[in-house]
Amino acid sequence: MIAPLDFVGPISGIALGIGFGFVLENAGFGNPEILTGQLRFTNWSVFQTMFTAIIVSSILLNVAAFFGVVSFSNIFIPSVLFWGTLLGGMFVGIGFAVGGYCPGTSIVGFMSGRVDAILFLIGIGAGTLMFNMIYPLIGSWIYTQTGPDALTVPQLLHIPAWAVIALLGAVLLGVGYLVSKGKLTASCEAPRAGVGMPRGAAVPHKRSTI
Amino acid sequence: MSQPRALWNPYVAGIALGVVLFLTFIVTGHGLGVTGATTSITAVTTATVAPGAIAPHDYLAGYVRRGLDQWIVWEVLGVAIGGMAGAMLGRRFAGRIDGPPKANTPTKFGLALAGGLVSGLGARFALGCTSGMGLSGSAPLGAAGFLFLIGFFAAGAAFGLLLKPLWQRRSAI
Repeated sequence: MIAPLDFVGPISGIALGIGFGFVLENAGFGNPEILTGQLRFTNWSVFQTMFTAIIVSSILLNVAAFFGVVSFSNIFIPSVLFWGTLLGGMFVGIGFAVGGYCPGTSIVGFMSGRVDAILFLIGIGAGTLMFNMIYPLIGSWIYTQTGPDALTVPQLLHIPAWAVIALLGAVLLGVGYLVSKGKLTASCEAPRAGVGMPRGAAVPHKRSTI
Repeated sequence: MSQPRALWNPYVAGIALGVVLFLTFIVTGHGLGVTGATTSITAVTTATVAPGAIAPHDYLAGYVRRGLDQWIVWEVLGVAIGGMAGAMLGRRFAGRIDGPPKANTPTKFGLALAGGLVSGLGARFALGCTSGMGLSGSAPLGAAGFLFLIGFFAAGAAFGLLLKPLWQRRSAI
Protein backbone atom coordinates (compact mmCIF):
# COMPACT_ATOMS: atom_id res chain seq x y z
CA MET A 1 0.00 0.00 0.00
CA ILE A 2 1.70 3.17 -1.18
CA ALA A 3 -1.25 5.55 -0.80
CA PRO A 4 -2.58 7.61 0.85
CA LEU A 5 0.69 9.47 1.03
CA ASP A 6 -0.53 11.60 3.96
CA PHE A 7 0.86 14.79 2.50
CA VAL A 8 -1.42 17.15 4.40
CA GLY A 9 0.66 20.30 4.60
CA PRO A 10 0.28 23.73 3.01
CA ILE A 11 1.86 22.84 -0.35
CA SER A 12 -0.40 19.82 -0.85
CA GLY A 13 -3.45 21.93 0.11
CA ILE A 14 -2.60 24.90 -2.10
CA ALA A 15 -1.64 22.76 -5.12
CA LEU A 16 -4.75 20.55 -5.04
CA GLY A 17 -6.93 23.59 -4.25
CA ILE A 18 -5.58 25.43 -7.29
CA GLY A 19 -6.53 22.45 -9.47
CA PHE A 20 -10.01 22.34 -7.92
CA GLY A 21 -10.64 26.09 -8.28
CA PHE A 22 -9.25 26.20 -11.82
CA VAL A 23 -11.52 23.37 -12.98
CA LEU A 24 -14.60 24.86 -11.26
CA GLU A 25 -14.02 28.22 -12.94
CA ASN A 26 -13.46 26.70 -16.38
CA ALA A 27 -16.64 24.65 -15.98
CA GLY A 28 -18.49 27.96 -15.59
CA PHE A 29 -19.22 27.33 -11.91
CA GLY A 30 -18.35 30.83 -10.79
CA ASN A 31 -21.44 31.98 -12.66
CA PRO A 32 -24.69 31.86 -10.64
CA GLU A 33 -26.84 31.79 -13.78
CA ILE A 34 -25.22 28.54 -14.95
CA LEU A 35 -25.26 27.11 -11.41
CA THR A 36 -28.92 27.84 -10.66
CA GLY A 37 -29.90 27.00 -14.25
CA GLN A 38 -29.54 23.37 -13.16
CA LEU A 39 -32.28 23.86 -10.57
CA ARG A 40 -34.60 25.42 -13.19
CA PHE A 41 -33.65 22.65 -15.66
CA THR A 42 -32.39 25.15 -18.22
CA ASN A 43 -28.73 24.10 -17.94
CA TRP A 44 -27.55 20.60 -17.10
CA SER A 45 -23.81 21.24 -16.83
CA VAL A 46 -23.77 21.08 -12.99
CA PHE A 47 -25.28 17.59 -13.01
CA GLN A 48 -23.15 16.41 -15.94
CA THR A 49 -19.89 17.72 -14.49
CA MET A 50 -20.56 16.43 -10.96
CA PHE A 51 -21.72 13.00 -12.09
CA THR A 52 -18.78 12.63 -14.50
CA ALA A 53 -16.38 13.61 -11.70
CA ILE A 54 -17.93 11.12 -9.25
CA ILE A 55 -17.77 8.30 -11.82
CA VAL A 56 -14.20 9.09 -12.96
CA SER A 57 -12.77 9.34 -9.44
CA SER A 58 -14.72 6.26 -8.37
CA ILE A 59 -13.29 4.22 -11.26
CA LEU A 60 -9.76 5.49 -10.55
CA LEU A 61 -10.09 4.69 -6.82
CA ASN A 62 -11.39 1.19 -7.54
CA VAL A 63 -8.64 0.52 -10.09
CA ALA A 64 -6.03 1.82 -7.63
CA ALA A 65 -7.49 -0.41 -4.91
CA PHE A 66 -7.50 -3.42 -7.28
CA PHE A 67 -3.79 -2.99 -7.95
CA GLY A 68 -3.10 -2.53 -4.24
CA VAL A 69 -2.05 1.11 -4.55
CA VAL A 70 -4.63 2.22 -2.01
CA SER A 71 -7.09 0.61 0.39
CA PHE A 72 -10.60 1.94 0.95
CA SER A 73 -10.10 1.38 4.67
CA ASN A 74 -7.48 4.16 4.59
CA ILE A 75 -9.73 6.58 2.74
CA PHE A 76 -12.27 8.83 4.42
CA ILE A 77 -15.85 7.74 3.69
CA PRO A 78 -18.48 9.69 5.66
CA SER A 79 -20.97 7.75 7.79
CA VAL A 80 -24.70 8.33 7.34
CA LEU A 81 -26.00 10.68 10.04
CA PHE A 82 -29.45 10.43 8.49
CA TRP A 83 -31.19 13.66 9.55
CA GLY A 84 -28.06 15.78 9.56
CA THR A 85 -26.94 14.56 6.14
CA LEU A 86 -30.40 14.83 4.54
CA LEU A 87 -31.45 18.16 6.11
CA GLY A 88 -27.96 19.56 5.52
CA GLY A 89 -28.16 18.62 1.84
CA MET A 90 -31.57 20.26 1.62
CA PHE A 91 -30.37 23.47 3.29
CA VAL A 92 -27.30 23.70 1.06
CA GLY A 93 -29.61 23.11 -1.94
CA ILE A 94 -31.98 25.89 -0.80
CA GLY A 95 -29.03 28.21 -0.22
CA PHE A 96 -27.80 27.36 -3.72
CA ALA A 97 -31.18 28.30 -5.27
CA VAL A 98 -31.62 31.47 -3.18
CA GLY A 99 -28.05 32.77 -3.09
CA GLY A 100 -26.82 31.52 -6.45
CA TYR A 101 -23.83 29.55 -5.13
CA CYS A 102 -22.70 26.74 -2.90
CA PRO A 103 -19.74 27.39 -0.58
CA GLY A 104 -16.98 26.39 -3.04
CA THR A 105 -18.47 28.09 -6.06
CA SER A 106 -19.00 31.33 -4.10
CA ILE A 107 -15.21 31.52 -3.65
CA VAL A 108 -14.72 31.03 -7.40
CA GLY A 109 -17.51 33.54 -8.13
CA PHE A 110 -15.89 36.14 -5.87
CA MET A 111 -12.43 35.55 -7.35
CA SER A 112 -13.83 36.11 -10.85
CA GLY A 113 -15.07 39.55 -9.79
CA ARG A 114 -18.59 38.93 -8.46
CA VAL A 115 -19.35 41.23 -5.54
CA ASP A 116 -22.54 39.37 -4.56
CA ALA A 117 -20.47 36.24 -3.87
CA ILE A 118 -18.69 37.91 -0.93
CA LEU A 119 -22.12 38.43 0.66
CA PHE A 120 -22.78 34.73 0.21
CA LEU A 121 -19.47 34.01 1.99
CA ILE A 122 -20.38 36.39 4.83
CA GLY A 123 -23.72 34.57 5.01
CA ILE A 124 -21.89 31.25 5.41
CA GLY A 125 -20.08 32.72 8.42
CA ALA A 126 -23.39 33.92 9.87
CA GLY A 127 -24.97 30.50 9.32
CA THR A 128 -22.00 28.83 11.00
CA LEU A 129 -22.42 31.07 14.07
CA MET A 130 -26.16 30.37 14.07
CA PHE A 131 -25.42 26.64 14.08
CA ASN A 132 -23.09 27.18 17.03
CA MET A 133 -26.00 28.81 18.90
CA ILE A 134 -28.61 26.14 18.18
CA TYR A 135 -26.24 23.16 18.45
CA PRO A 136 -27.19 22.32 22.08
CA LEU A 137 -30.82 21.92 20.94
CA ILE A 138 -30.22 19.77 17.84
CA GLY A 139 -26.80 18.14 18.16
CA SER A 140 -28.07 14.92 19.73
CA TRP A 141 -30.57 14.01 17.01
CA ILE A 142 -28.95 15.37 13.83
CA TYR A 143 -25.71 13.52 14.46
CA THR A 144 -27.28 10.14 15.26
CA GLN A 145 -25.66 7.59 12.99
CA THR A 146 -27.70 5.25 10.82
CA GLY A 147 -26.06 1.95 9.85
CA PRO A 148 -22.39 0.98 10.17
CA ASP A 149 -19.44 3.38 9.93
CA ALA A 150 -18.58 4.54 6.42
CA LEU A 151 -21.59 2.81 4.87
CA THR A 152 -21.28 2.58 1.09
CA VAL A 153 -23.96 2.16 -1.57
CA PRO A 154 -22.57 -1.28 -2.61
CA GLN A 155 -22.93 -2.44 1.03
CA LEU A 156 -26.40 -0.93 1.31
CA LEU A 157 -27.74 -2.47 -1.91
CA HIS A 158 -25.65 -5.68 -1.72
CA ILE A 159 -24.27 -5.20 -5.21
CA PRO A 160 -20.63 -4.85 -6.33
CA ALA A 161 -19.03 -1.42 -6.78
CA TRP A 162 -18.74 -1.85 -10.55
CA ALA A 163 -22.51 -2.32 -10.78
CA VAL A 164 -23.13 0.93 -8.89
CA ILE A 165 -20.64 2.74 -11.16
CA ALA A 166 -22.32 1.24 -14.25
CA LEU A 167 -25.71 2.38 -12.94
CA LEU A 168 -24.39 5.92 -12.42
CA GLY A 169 -22.88 5.84 -15.90
CA ALA A 170 -26.22 4.77 -17.39
CA VAL A 171 -27.97 7.68 -15.65
CA LEU A 172 -25.30 10.11 -16.89
CA LEU A 173 -25.54 8.84 -20.48
CA GLY A 174 -29.35 8.80 -20.37
CA VAL A 175 -29.49 12.38 -19.14
CA GLY A 176 -26.89 13.40 -21.75
CA TYR A 177 -28.96 11.81 -24.52
CA LEU A 178 -32.19 13.52 -23.40
CA VAL A 179 -30.42 16.88 -23.00
CA SER A 180 -28.95 16.59 -26.51
CA LYS A 181 -32.48 15.92 -27.82
CA GLY A 182 -33.73 18.98 -25.95
CA LYS A 183 -36.13 16.84 -23.93
CA LEU A 184 -34.91 17.77 -20.47
CA THR A 185 -34.33 21.45 -21.03
CA ALA A 186 -37.13 23.78 -20.05
CA SER A 187 -37.81 26.70 -22.40
CA CYS A 188 -34.48 28.38 -23.06
CA GLU A 189 -34.35 31.49 -20.91
CA ALA A 190 -31.03 32.91 -21.99
CA PRO A 191 -30.82 34.71 -25.31
CA ARG A 192 -29.15 32.61 -27.96
CA ALA A 193 -25.78 33.65 -29.27
CA GLY A 194 -25.99 36.97 -31.00
CA VAL A 195 -29.78 37.08 -31.04
CA GLY A 196 -31.36 40.11 -29.46
CA MET A 197 -28.07 41.18 -27.96
CA PRO A 198 -26.06 44.32 -28.43
CA ARG A 199 -23.34 44.05 -31.04
CA GLY A 200 -20.13 42.75 -29.52
CA ALA A 201 -21.82 41.48 -26.37
CA ALA A 202 -20.31 38.40 -24.84
CA VAL A 203 -21.98 35.17 -25.82
CA PRO A 204 -23.33 33.55 -22.66
CA HIS A 205 -22.47 29.96 -21.79
CA LYS A 206 -20.49 29.42 -24.95
CA ARG A 207 -18.73 26.09 -24.72
CA SER A 208 -16.14 24.36 -26.77
CA THR A 209 -17.49 21.36 -28.64
CA ILE A 210 -14.82 18.85 -27.74
CA MET B 1 -12.48 44.32 -24.66
CA SER B 2 -11.64 40.87 -25.90
CA GLN B 3 -14.24 38.12 -25.90
CA PRO B 4 -14.28 35.63 -23.03
CA ARG B 5 -12.91 32.24 -24.02
CA ALA B 6 -15.29 29.30 -24.26
CA LEU B 7 -15.98 27.29 -21.11
CA TRP B 8 -14.99 23.65 -20.97
CA ASN B 9 -17.44 21.01 -22.10
CA PRO B 10 -19.17 19.62 -18.95
CA TYR B 11 -17.79 16.10 -19.53
CA VAL B 12 -14.24 17.43 -19.99
CA ALA B 13 -14.63 19.51 -16.81
CA GLY B 14 -16.04 16.46 -15.03
CA ILE B 15 -13.09 14.26 -16.04
CA ALA B 16 -10.63 16.95 -14.89
CA LEU B 17 -12.51 17.33 -11.60
CA GLY B 18 -12.59 13.56 -11.14
CA VAL B 19 -8.82 13.33 -11.63
CA VAL B 20 -8.15 16.19 -9.16
CA LEU B 21 -10.44 14.51 -6.64
CA PHE B 22 -8.73 11.11 -7.11
CA LEU B 23 -5.30 12.71 -6.67
CA THR B 24 -6.56 14.38 -3.48
CA PHE B 25 -7.62 10.99 -2.07
CA ILE B 26 -4.25 9.48 -3.01
CA VAL B 27 -2.22 12.36 -1.57
CA THR B 28 -4.23 13.10 1.61
CA GLY B 29 -6.55 10.14 2.28
CA HIS B 30 -9.65 12.31 2.03
CA GLY B 31 -11.46 14.36 -0.59
CA LEU B 32 -11.85 18.03 -1.40
CA GLY B 33 -13.92 20.37 0.76
CA VAL B 34 -14.69 23.96 1.59
CA THR B 35 -16.80 24.46 4.71
CA GLY B 36 -14.24 22.85 6.98
CA ALA B 37 -12.21 25.95 6.15
CA THR B 38 -15.04 28.50 6.35
CA THR B 39 -16.00 27.05 9.75
CA SER B 40 -12.42 27.34 11.02
CA ILE B 41 -12.10 30.88 9.67
CA THR B 42 -15.45 31.89 11.23
CA ALA B 43 -14.52 30.35 14.58
CA VAL B 44 -11.02 31.86 14.76
CA THR B 45 -12.19 35.29 13.52
CA THR B 46 -15.05 35.41 16.04
CA ALA B 47 -12.78 34.35 18.91
CA THR B 48 -10.25 37.03 17.90
CA VAL B 49 -12.71 39.89 17.36
CA ALA B 50 -14.94 39.06 20.33
CA PRO B 51 -12.97 37.08 22.94
CA GLY B 52 -15.37 35.00 25.01
CA ALA B 53 -18.06 34.90 22.31
CA ILE B 54 -17.27 31.22 21.81
CA ALA B 55 -17.51 29.41 25.12
CA PRO B 56 -15.19 26.47 25.91
CA HIS B 57 -18.02 23.92 25.53
CA ASP B 58 -19.41 25.42 22.30
CA TYR B 59 -19.54 23.51 19.02
CA LEU B 60 -17.00 25.91 17.51
CA ALA B 61 -14.57 25.74 20.45
CA GLY B 62 -12.69 22.83 18.88
CA TYR B 63 -12.28 24.79 15.66
CA VAL B 64 -10.84 27.75 17.61
CA ARG B 65 -8.37 25.43 19.35
CA ARG B 66 -7.26 23.78 16.11
CA GLY B 67 -6.56 27.17 14.50
CA LEU B 68 -6.06 27.92 10.83
CA ASP B 69 -2.96 25.89 9.96
CA GLN B 70 -4.91 23.02 8.44
CA TRP B 71 -4.86 21.28 5.08
CA ILE B 72 -8.39 22.38 4.17
CA VAL B 73 -7.68 26.06 4.89
CA TRP B 74 -4.64 25.90 2.58
CA GLU B 75 -6.77 24.06 0.02
CA VAL B 76 -9.40 26.84 0.06
CA LEU B 77 -6.64 29.39 -0.46
CA GLY B 78 -5.66 27.32 -3.49
CA VAL B 79 -9.28 27.28 -4.72
CA ALA B 80 -9.27 31.09 -4.61
CA ILE B 81 -5.98 31.26 -6.55
CA GLY B 82 -7.10 28.62 -9.07
CA GLY B 83 -10.49 30.29 -9.54
CA MET B 84 -8.87 33.64 -10.21
CA ALA B 85 -6.33 32.09 -12.59
CA GLY B 86 -9.15 30.41 -14.51
CA ALA B 87 -11.09 33.67 -14.79
CA MET B 88 -8.00 35.64 -15.86
CA LEU B 89 -6.77 33.10 -18.43
CA GLY B 90 -10.32 32.64 -19.76
CA ARG B 91 -10.76 36.43 -20.00
CA ARG B 92 -13.84 36.07 -17.82
CA PHE B 93 -12.69 38.23 -14.91
CA ALA B 94 -14.98 41.25 -14.56
CA GLY B 95 -16.11 43.24 -11.53
CA ARG B 96 -19.90 42.98 -11.38
CA ILE B 97 -22.89 42.35 -9.17
CA ASP B 98 -24.35 39.05 -10.31
CA GLY B 99 -27.57 37.32 -9.33
CA PRO B 100 -31.13 37.19 -10.64
CA PRO B 101 -31.43 39.68 -13.58
CA LYS B 102 -34.91 40.79 -12.46
CA ALA B 103 -33.80 41.73 -8.93
CA ASN B 104 -32.39 45.12 -7.96
CA THR B 105 -29.03 45.41 -6.21
CA PRO B 106 -30.26 45.42 -2.57
CA THR B 107 -32.41 42.36 -3.35
CA LYS B 108 -29.45 40.59 -4.98
CA PHE B 109 -27.30 41.29 -1.92
CA GLY B 110 -30.11 40.18 0.41
CA LEU B 111 -30.62 36.93 -1.50
CA ALA B 112 -26.88 36.19 -1.57
CA LEU B 113 -26.60 36.83 2.19
CA ALA B 114 -29.70 34.74 3.00
CA GLY B 115 -28.57 31.95 0.68
CA GLY B 116 -25.15 31.91 2.28
CA LEU B 117 -26.67 31.75 5.74
CA VAL B 118 -28.88 28.75 4.92
CA SER B 119 -25.94 27.11 3.15
CA GLY B 120 -23.56 27.67 6.08
CA LEU B 121 -26.14 26.27 8.49
CA GLY B 122 -26.79 23.27 6.24
CA ALA B 123 -23.11 22.47 5.82
CA ARG B 124 -22.79 22.09 9.63
CA PHE B 125 -25.85 19.79 9.69
CA ALA B 126 -24.30 17.58 7.01
CA LEU B 127 -20.68 18.03 8.14
CA GLY B 128 -19.82 19.07 4.60
CA CYS B 129 -21.07 20.95 1.57
CA THR B 130 -21.56 20.10 -2.09
CA SER B 131 -17.79 19.53 -2.39
CA GLY B 132 -16.96 17.92 0.93
CA MET B 133 -20.03 15.71 1.26
CA GLY B 134 -21.80 15.60 -2.13
CA LEU B 135 -18.74 15.12 -4.32
CA SER B 136 -16.09 13.70 -1.98
CA GLY B 137 -18.59 11.48 -0.15
CA SER B 138 -20.04 10.05 -3.36
CA ALA B 139 -16.72 9.36 -5.13
CA PRO B 140 -15.85 6.41 -2.82
CA LEU B 141 -19.56 5.49 -3.22
CA GLY B 142 -20.43 6.57 0.35
CA ALA B 143 -24.18 6.37 1.02
CA ALA B 144 -24.00 9.68 2.92
CA GLY B 145 -22.74 11.48 -0.20
CA PHE B 146 -25.68 10.29 -2.28
CA LEU B 147 -28.20 11.02 0.50
CA PHE B 148 -26.80 14.56 0.63
CA LEU B 149 -27.10 14.95 -3.16
CA ILE B 150 -30.72 13.72 -3.16
CA GLY B 151 -31.66 16.34 -0.55
CA PHE B 152 -29.56 18.97 -2.33
CA PHE B 153 -31.15 18.55 -5.76
CA ALA B 154 -34.73 17.99 -4.49
CA ALA B 155 -34.87 21.04 -2.21
CA GLY B 156 -32.73 23.07 -4.62
CA ALA B 157 -35.05 22.36 -7.56
CA ALA B 158 -38.14 23.24 -5.48
CA PHE B 159 -36.68 26.63 -4.55
CA GLY B 160 -35.08 27.09 -7.97
CA LEU B 161 -38.44 26.77 -9.70
CA LEU B 162 -40.05 29.01 -7.07
CA LEU B 163 -37.51 31.75 -7.81
CA LYS B 164 -37.59 31.20 -11.57
CA PRO B 165 -39.50 34.45 -12.32
CA LEU B 166 -36.56 36.45 -10.93
CA TRP B 167 -34.18 34.80 -13.42
CA GLN B 168 -36.32 35.13 -16.54
CA ARG B 169 -34.65 37.36 -19.10
CA ARG B 170 -36.55 39.33 -21.65
CA SER B 171 -37.11 36.73 -24.37
CA ALA B 172 -35.10 37.12 -27.53
CA ILE B 173 -37.23 37.86 -30.56
